[in-house]
Parts: sequence; structure tokens; C-alpha cells
Amino acid sequence: MRTGRAGSTVSRREFLAAGGALVVAFSLVAPSRLLAQRAAAGPKLPGSLEATPMLDSWIRVGADGSITVMTGKAELGQGVKTALMQIAAEQLSVQPTQIILITADTRGTPDEGYTAGSNSMKDSGTAIMNAAAQVRELLIARAAERLNIAPERLRAENGALIADDGRRAAYGELVPDKLTQVRAQPESKLKDPSTYTVVGTSMQRVDIPAKVTGGAAYVQDLRLPGMVHARVVRPPGYGARLREVRGAPDIEKMPGVHKIVRDGSFLAVVAEREFQAIVAMRALAVAASWSDRSSLPDQADLFAYLQRLPVDAIVDLDVHTPANPGARSFEASFTRPYQMHGAIGPACAVAQFKDGALTVWTHSQGVFPLRKSIAEMLRMPDERVNCIHVEGSGCYGHNAADDAAADAALIARAFPDRPVRVQWMREQEHMWEPYGPAMLTSVKASLDGSGNIVAWEYDVMSNSHSTRPGGAGNLLPAWHLEAPFTQPVPKPIPLPEGGGDRNAIPLYKFPNARVVHRFVASMPIRVSALRALGAYMNVFSIESFMDELAQAAAADPVEFRLRHLDDSRAREVISLAATRFGWSTYTRSPGRGRGFAFARYKNLGAYVAVALDLDVDRESGLARILRAVAAVDSGQAVNPDGIRNQIEGGIIQSASWTLHEQVTFDTAAITSADWSRYPVLRFPEIPESIDVHVIDRPGQPFLGTGEAAQGPTAAAIANAVANASSARIRDLPLDRKRLKAAIHV
Amino acid sequence: MIDLDINGRTQRVDADPNTPLLYVLRDHLAMNGAKFGCGLGQCGACTVMIDGEAVFSCVTPISVLNGRRIKTVEGLGTTSKLSVLQRAFIDEQAAQCGYCIAGMIMRAEALLEKNPAPSDAEIRRHMMPNLCRCGTHMRILRAVRRAAQVMRAASAQASPEKV
Amino acid sequence: MNKRSSLLGLAMAAAVAAILSDARWGSPADAAIREPMFDRQTVEKGAQLAAIGNCAACHTQPGGKPYAGGRPVKTPFGTIYSTNITPEVETGIGAWSQGDFVRAMHDGTDRAGRNLYPAFPYDHFTRVTDDDVNAIYAFVMTRDPVHAVAPPNRLMFPMSLRPLLSAWKMLFFDRGVYRPDTAQSAQWNRGAYLVDGLGHCGACHTPRNALGAEKKSQDLGGGEAEDWHATALDASSPAPSPWTAEQMFKYLRQGWDNSHGTAAGPMRPVSHDLSEVNEEDVRAIAAYLMWTMKQRPPRPAARAEPPVGAAQPGDGAVIFEGACASCHGVTLASTPSTHTVPLGLTTSLNAPDSRNAIHIVLEGIWPDSGERGALMPGFEGALSADQLATLLAYLRAHFTSQPPWPDIAPHLRETMQRKDSQ
Repeated sequence: MRTGRAGSTVSRREFLAAGGALVVAFSLVAPSRLLAQRAAAGPKLPGSLEATPMLDSWIRVGADGSITVMTGKAELGQGVKTALMQIAAEQLSVQPTQIILITADTRGTPDEGYTAGSNSMKDSGTAIMNAAAQVRELLIARAAERLNIAPERLRAENGALIADDGRRAAYGELVPDKLTQVRAQPESKLKDPSTYTVVGTSMQRVDIPAKVTGGAAYVQDLRLPGMVHARVVRPPGYGARLREVRGAPDIEKMPGVHKIVRDGSFLAVVAEREFQAIVAMRALAVAASWSDRSSLPDQADLFAYLQRLPVDAIVDLDVHTPANPGARSFEASFTRPYQMHGAIGPACAVAQFKDGALTVWTHSQGVFPLRKSIAEMLRMPDERVNCIHVEGSGCYGHNAADDAAADAALIARAFPDRPVRVQWMREQEHMWEPYGPAMLTSVKASLDGSGNIVAWEYDVMSNSHSTRPGGAGNLLPAWHLEAPFTQPVPKPIPLPEGGGDRNAIPLYKFPNARVVHRFVASMPIRVSALRALGAYMNVFSIESFMDELAQAAAADPVEFRLRHLDDSRAREVISLAATRFGWSTYTRSPGRGRGFAFARYKNLGAYVAVALDLDVDRESGLARILRAVAAVDSGQAVNPDGIRNQIEGGIIQSASWTLHEQVTFDTAAITSADWSRYPVLRFPEIPESIDVHVIDRPGQPFLGTGEAAQGPTAAAIANAVANASSARIRDLPLDRKRLKAAIHV
Repeated sequence: MIDLDINGRTQRVDADPNTPLLYVLRDHLAMNGAKFGCGLGQCGACTVMIDGEAVFSCVTPISVLNGRRIKTVEGLGTTSKLSVLQRAFIDEQAAQCGYCIAGMIMRAEALLEKNPAPSDAEIRRHMMPNLCRCGTHMRILRAVRRAAQVMRAASAQASPEKV
Repeated sequence: MNKRSSLLGLAMAAAVAAILSDARWGSPADAAIREPMFDRQTVEKGAQLAAIGNCAACHTQPGGKPYAGGRPVKTPFGTIYSTNITPEVETGIGAWSQGDFVRAMHDGTDRAGRNLYPAFPYDHFTRVTDDDVNAIYAFVMTRDPVHAVAPPNRLMFPMSLRPLLSAWKMLFFDRGVYRPDTAQSAQWNRGAYLVDGLGHCGACHTPRNALGAEKKSQDLGGGEAEDWHATALDASSPAPSPWTAEQMFKYLRQGWDNSHGTAAGPMRPVSHDLSEVNEEDVRAIAAYLMWTMKQRPPRPAARAEPPVGAAQPGDGAVIFEGACASCHGVTLASTPSTHTVPLGLTTSLNAPDSRNAIHIVLEGIWPDSGERGALMPGFEGALSADQLATLLAYLRAHFTSQPPWPDIAPHLRETMQRKDSQ
């Protein structure tokens, strides 16, 4: 790999080639495609086609028969690239290997906002499915013209149109350039799902081979010619301002150091080699002195503190119908601490500021909103900033990726021409990323004489679950500039998606139900979207309480849930999970119990039911899942193994959150500075088995999968602990201290 | 200048002797396998093998590597010629984001080279220092077990039991 | 004749006398009376006391069922295996009455009246009041019963002869419940009671004579536990920065203190258990230990950490920069909460021998599942024996004002061999 010297000229081709497999070159883009595409009046186009209706924004066919598919979504490790390739390949009747998939890139993919909310398949998958089908029809029409036969006599197969008289026209032969420069139609001629040969198969992920052989796969692997390394020195805590840096010239004389960048309290160092940057960062950290930090709340008093903050009470649901009067009433309250994304690969970005234009390679979930935010921060026009998604490690929501991109942008502007690589340190990620917010819920319900729920009141109090940029005000480095940007007052995410109130409305049918969301705008600790958002806590609360009610009604927990559900797909996942688990034949033994839970993510997304068998050791307080069985309905299953992988992963991640995870802090700073202070599930605690059963719904809309398991798993664990030990614990995490205190003696 | 034996080849590197191996691999030698996860020896994303032992390359300065044999995931195999373990990880689709996987493979390799028939408990204990945040553990364990099986079958074929 | 054989001779003579006179400690077992159900309060009290006594640590095999015994305890005379103290009738103490249990704790005899080996530190537990022993009994009898037989002890002759222990007891066992010192405060007495009694701190922290008995004249003067040095908690404490009661409380309760280090090795389960003990008792222990250390003379200060990036000659410095500095280098201003203790203040680097530092550097420190605590990788495998020795010598020389350890290489060899043979 060449390391260019500052001031060397590198040809554009070399530049792009050096990105290797990570960065796909964009040919010069026709200006028309960059203009906002106004949606036509009339019926809505499927998925993201509505916002980006030109077919060539999504699919282009090359003269060599290769097919370029563009998506505004990003690969986060959830397998979306492979799934989208399968969808396109199916509708276009090509081998998936014929597809070149380009992901989120402000230079030319559609703008699909954030890869979040488990919406990728619904938004992008649907758009690509329809676009591909429509492109296929365009190809058929073109071939019919060329071969001078009726289109009905042609079928698409393996990258070619084949006539019933045997004549053949490969896609590439059909002069496909500009073929797709047409607007999408609201209706598409979709293939009959029963004829699918690619969708519905567990095609192996296209990104895995590079990942097991040391191929370039992540933004952390990006090496551009002339690239230099930077590290940021962050303040010792929220609110601290940089007072002075003693001996900066000496640090600039350290081996390999090019420059110290300082803008207000934003402090960074640029060096030739990565370890040189790290050593210089350490020296710079010692040399810097800071004003006092803001005070954080007392962790022991956290929930009382949160309850004293002003709230915006929003009534999400208020249903009254006459019913049998409640014979008995029950209530419970639950708490959840701050929990972190804790991505295993701390945030990283590469930026280059050259000729008045900035390019940022980033693992942000939303390159289009990020570009706007960075442009605002640098006071540049949007068009002069480009953000290109390159895969990072799993992010599980809004973590530090956007902040690292902003760091790189700031440093690149101060050190122009050469690409600048910024890598966050582990401690910086742990202490500065936006966490999943602490939440409180309380629920009250009444059972009638037959043990049915006749009244239900649910209350959830939470900070915002989204402070995504969205604006420079949500970029951490922008807060530290000499002319700082301030974080805007957050607004709640409206239903049906919801934020803190995601899944606060149960899917169960109750004659009387009231759900209130108490939105707390003031954020003493930095928060944003963590996988599943409020659904994790709301499903934990609701499904724990359902078990408590089932017990009061002397009913089986599974049967009790079915009693209150009329959604047939919900009933089916519940029954499947229970059956495969062996729910009706399970026998308890001392210290061992079973737990069950169900939810439909957002009441719009995937249906997941989880049953698990768990062991609690009373001397250590350690709970361990022995066996978990899940059933999932994600609609049309594009890649069943991909779905299983996401659900398995979601179960284990949720088990880690539920059993161990909480961000700790004292009044001075966050104290969960690294893995020693933020323990997570490790191999010895992993379950003995996890079985995921996928219910395929051919032809049904895609429902997404990525966040559906977290809530049900949490409740299933709490329910199993209660079954194993008679200890009902309502405060997350169900850690060893809590379990031991509840059951030891 | 320091000579390092990496995957059987000598690489001459111009880096300070106190530089952890991880940065030499990634920054000087443009190798992607070993990853930065924490730099503190807590997560294992940087795991390589040194003289057959699984080691955190983020806290191993190159000054101590004179005459030691370093093996990285690149040295196990390539996409056209995968090692047994790499093949097993692909067959089990043992990855979600995949960032931890190269480290997992090296830690597992160190185990299997010493003990081709580990029990499930032994595998779990051995893999404990390596973190996975996506929850791919079940597949990782399956891949290790699968590779162990393949290795045992191969060696049984190569040297059948004498009567 | 060396000291050991002369003591041995004395003991044998006493043993013969004891056997001939049929003098026996304790009386035969009470009939197998099953005690009635215990009230929750007593069991909870017993749980606290068992945590102070750290019973689980010895009476549980690594990875084994709690209190089911079978853990090897190495002594200079061979290996003893801890007994199953779950309430299982056949292989545990399920048939033991409260009186049997009290006799074991106070007199060092089992249910059949046979002497127990003082690896079970009844020379300390004899101090525990009847009430407290009864509470511990209630706790132990309400644990999960486990059917488990400990392996037979492997002691060298003649230590394998239990009757000989009568002689040992005559010479070294000072039987009797703790007697408060009225000249001292209530907290001091509580602390003394816990330290000398249930806590049995001296069992590790006091040097022993050739017959394995604690040297009472050097109480808490430093001792051994499982190949680790147990630091002196008397006037000879080598800590460069004197302990305060608050620091000791933190160390015992949370497992580390910023001025002294992390509880590692055999001390880890102790602080783990103490983290669940009521604050008052742990503070009492800390207060008492301040008293035992009160005569400690001032010690030379620890060395300041070497400045970042300053060119330091020598291999040890280079190894430190690359292997250790990311955690143990000068703490980053941006990460004030990383809690790594300044190395120069640590007990292990200031200890009279290198064993503790060797263990920590070779094995690292790994918290239990889900526990917040020090997490340090082990460097065995990454560093060769020579490199480890160089590093350890560097740490001692550069961070402490103590004289160099003369014994690094042999201790290193021994520790590495021990691990290989496991």
C-alpha cells in the first residue's frame, strides 16, 4: 500500500481503486438524477419508490448484462445486502451473482433516510422488488420489439429473454443503457411466490467470505492513498470546556505528528502512523486542562430524579367499552437503566477535504441526514459534502458513528487534501455514545370473575429515543466547537412507530384500555435510539405483567395470552413456539423454570414468541438460559437463515441486556468506561440451544426482523426466573445482586 | 527496523519497538484480519496466534516478537483455499456483523491445534476472552465443533487405527 | 536436628501421651437429630456470617456445586480436600445436629469425635459466639443438598494420623469464644471479633511455624495462600501509601482501591463475599485492621509514573509501553473513571516477593460472569519467560522504591510449570 506524501497528486482512478472492494466507483452522474424527484399525484408507489420514483435510481442494466441495484439502506451486519440481492435477482430472473449492489451513498443512491426501525425490507425491499419486476417487463418489451414477437411469447430466465420459438436475447444485448430512465408504476407484475427459486432460500451471505479471510470489509479497513491518522481528545465529562493545552508545540514535534487541531473544546491530533497518533493523543490528554464537568444525577436516586423532570403526557390509547366489572385489580411498576450499544468496533470514519469538497466514508445509519448535518456544522452547501456508507461493526442503533464522521470532517477541513482517518477509542465510545434511555413503566389491570382482563392502564415515562442527526445540533463534536451548536429539544416519535412508547399499546384486545406516554425532553445523560427503542422495556413490562395476571387467574401463561388475542398470525407464532418448546409437557425442578413471552414489533412488524428454560443458582445469583425456542413471522421470508440469525442474535443480545447490562455513573462522569465496568454475556453463559422456527408467508409484505426478539426475550427471562424461584423481579437488569437478594435465603 | 515472521514470511517493518502488533499488522502491513476492538486486552477482536498460543495483538509490542511465529487469519487460508475452520464458519453462516469473527477464528484455531476433540465446556471456557455483541455465539460454537469433527475425520483417515 | 523435626518429636511424644490418656477433644456425635425448620431471619443472619467466613470458597470446587466440598487445599504436609457441608445426609452434614456443628467450629472435631485438620481454621472459628454459629448452622442446613464425596486426603505420614492432631491442638490450639476488650470501642471489638474469628484473616495473613501453626507473636505479619503472598496487615505492611479505614472498606467491599490495588487471587472470593455483607461489619473489620497497622512506620513513596512519550531506555520500558500502558500508563484526562490503580501503590509490586505480580501478569484478572471489576488480560503466551522477568523487574524498579526482587526467575518458572501440570 502506498502512503502518499502530503501534496502528492493521486489520480482519481487510483484513488477509487485503492478503496478496493469497499468502495464502488460511481460513474459521472447525470444531473437529472440528483434533483429531488417529485412524486406524481395519484396512487402511492410501493415502498421507497414513492420518494424516489425513477427506476434508474434503483436499477441499471449494463451492456455486459450485469445489473446494478442501488439501495439507500446500509449493511449493518443484518444481511440486508444479501436479502436485497435475492429480491432483485428473483424478479429479474438472474443469478444473484449477476447483481452489483450499491448501498447508501449520497453521490447517487436513493435517499431512504436511516437504516433503522427494521424497515429496510419493508421500504427498500418492497421498492426493489417492484422496480426489478418493472425493469424485467421493460426488458421483455424491448426484446419483443427486437425479436418482433408478442411479449407474451417471451419468458425471462437467467439473464436473458427466451422466446417460445427458442430465440434468445441476453439482457446486455438489448442496449439497456437508459432503458430504466422511466418512472415507476404503482402496480408491478410480480412473480408468483410459489415459483420463487432465490427468495425464500437461505443463500449464503455475500459478505462473510471476506470476513473470515481478512479481506477488506469495514470502514476500519479503508486505506486511501496518503491517508493520515487522527485521534480526538474528549473532555473528561459532559459540559467540561477546554481551558488550555500546555506544551502543544512539543507534542507537535513528537514522531510522526503533523498537527494539533483545536476549535474551542474540540481537540485532536493528526499523525502519519496510527500508533503515533495514539501516543500523541495520550500526551495531548495529559497536556490539556478542562473546566468543571456538569453534574450527573446520583445513580442511586436515578428514577426518583427522572420522575421530578417535567413531562409531556401523551395519551396513546383510550378505549372504553362496557364489560364485566373487574373483580380483582393488580398493579406493578418496572424500571430500566441506561444501556449502551457497546458496538465491538468503536466508531471510525475517513474524511477528505479537497478542492472545497468533503467526502466522508462512514458507518452511519443515515448518510443523507448525516451529510446535511455535517454541511450545516461546517457551514458548507449540502452538494459539496458527500457521505458514503462503508460497513462498520454492528451498531444496534444510533451510536457514535455519526460523531466519528463529524470528527473526521472537522479534522479533514483543518488538514485538507490528505484523507484523515479517525478511530474512537474504547473508553471514548463507552462514555460518549448516546445510550438507550432509562425508563419507568407502571401497569394496572383488572380481571373479571372468569380471569379475563377487562381493564388495562399502562404508563411509560421515557426520554427521547432518537437524537439522530438530523442537524448539526445532534453531532457531539459540534457541541464542543468555539461557535458551538446546541442540541435541539427532542420531540417524541409519533405513533404508530413510537419511541419510548413503541409497543406500549399491547396487541391484546381489552375492552377498556388506556396507554399514556410521559415524554421527558430533558436529557441529563446523552440518549438516542438503541435497538427496539421503547419496545424492549414495554414488552418486558407488559409480558411480565401478563404472567403475573395469568398466575392470579390460575391460568397457563400461553393459554392466557391466546385468550386475549384475535390476530391469527400472533396466535400461530405463540402456538408454534409453545409446541416446539414442549410447553405442555415441561416439568419444573428446583432452581429451574420456564418463561414465555410474545410481541409483534411496533404492532406492525414481525411477530415473535419466545419460550425458554432457565436455571438460577441461588448462591451466586447467576441465571442462565438453558434452552430457548422462538417462532417468528416476518411475512415473506426472503432469507430464512438470515431471519434465524437475527432472532438468535436478538435473543442473546437481549439476554445480555436483561441479565447484566446497565450504564453506571457517579455525579462526576460515566463510570462504565470499558468492558470491565460494563460486563456483557460471554461464552460460558450462552444457552445450550436456541431453536428458531420461521413461519414463511409467501406473497405477504416484508415485516422486517432485526428488533423483534429483544422485548419478548427480556420478559421470557423474567418469567422464567419467577417460575424457577418465585421471585418476581421488575427492575432491569436481573443481575446477580438482585437475583441473589431475591432468592438466596 | 524489526523482522517479523508472519504467516511463515519475514516482514521487515519500520516501527517503534513498543508498537503493539495490532497496529503494525493493520497500519504498516495493511492486513485486515486482526481488528481494533478495545486496545485493552478485554474483547479479543485483535486475537492472533503466537507460537501456537492465542494472544491479544493490541497489547503485544513487536519488541517481544523476535524469532516468534505469528499467525493471523490471513495465514489460515484465502477465499479460494479456505482452511477447515474458515470453511466451517462459512458453512454455519457464523457471522452477523462479523467484526469479532477473525479474532474468534484465531482463538478457536489455537484450541483445535492443541486439542482436536474439545468438549463443549472446554470450547466455551477457551473462547471466553472473546466478545461478540451481535449474539452469534451459537453459530461460532457450531462452527468450532464442525471444524473439530472435520479435522478428526481427516486425521482418522490419514492414520487409521492399527489393529 | 532441625527445628521441624524437634517440634515433630515433641508433638509425637504429646500424641502418645494423649492417646494413652484417652484424652479426646469433644464427645461423640449426638444422635442424628434433624433440627426443625429455621426462621428466615436466622438464616439471613447466617448468610451474612457465612459470607464473612467465606465458607463457600473452600467448600466449593471450582465450577462445582456450592458447599459440596472437594476443593483441594495444599498444605506443606500434602493436600486436603474440603468436605461436603450441604445438608445431604449420606455425604454431607445432613445428619449433623446443631451441637455437632458447634463442636466442629469450636473444638475442631467432627461428628464422630475425630480431630479435624486445621486446614479448616477452627483455631479461628473457636472465637465465634454460639449464637453466630447457630445462625451459620441454620444457613448451611438450608442450602441445596448435594450428593458428593470428597477425594481422600493425600497427606504425608505421619500427618495423616488424626490422633496426632490432639498433640498439635495441645501445643497450638487456644480454644474459646472471643472475649471483648473493654478498653476498646464497640466497633474495634466487632472488628477484632470478625477478623480473629469468622474472618480467619490470620489463616492466610499470619506466618506459620514448621508444624503449620500460626505464629501468634506475628499475628497478621504476612503469610501464604495458594502460592500467593498474603500481605502483612501489621506494622510491617509494605504499602507505600498508608491505608485508611475508608480505603480498606472500599478494597474489601468493592474489590479494589485506588491507592492500593485490586483484590486478586485468593483474595477475590473474599472481597466478592464481603461485597454482600452489611456495611457496618465491613467497616468494623477495616477499623480493626487500621489498629493492627497503627505502628507502621512511614515508607518511601512510590515512584511517579514515567512521563508519556519520554524516551526510556531498556527492554522493560519498551514492553511496558506496548503491553501495559494502554491501561496502566498515565490515565487519560478524558477517562478519569477507568480506575486502574497507580502501579507504584499496588500491594503486589511492593510485596516482599514477586509471586503475586507474577500471577497477575501471567494469568490476568477476569471478573466473574456479570460482575464489574478489574479485567486484565494474562500475558502468558504473549511474553516469553525472559520477557516476563524483564518486565517484572522493570515494574518493581520503576514504580516502587523497594529493593529489586532476587527471586523472579525461579518463581516464574515454578508458576509456569505449575500451570502446565494442571
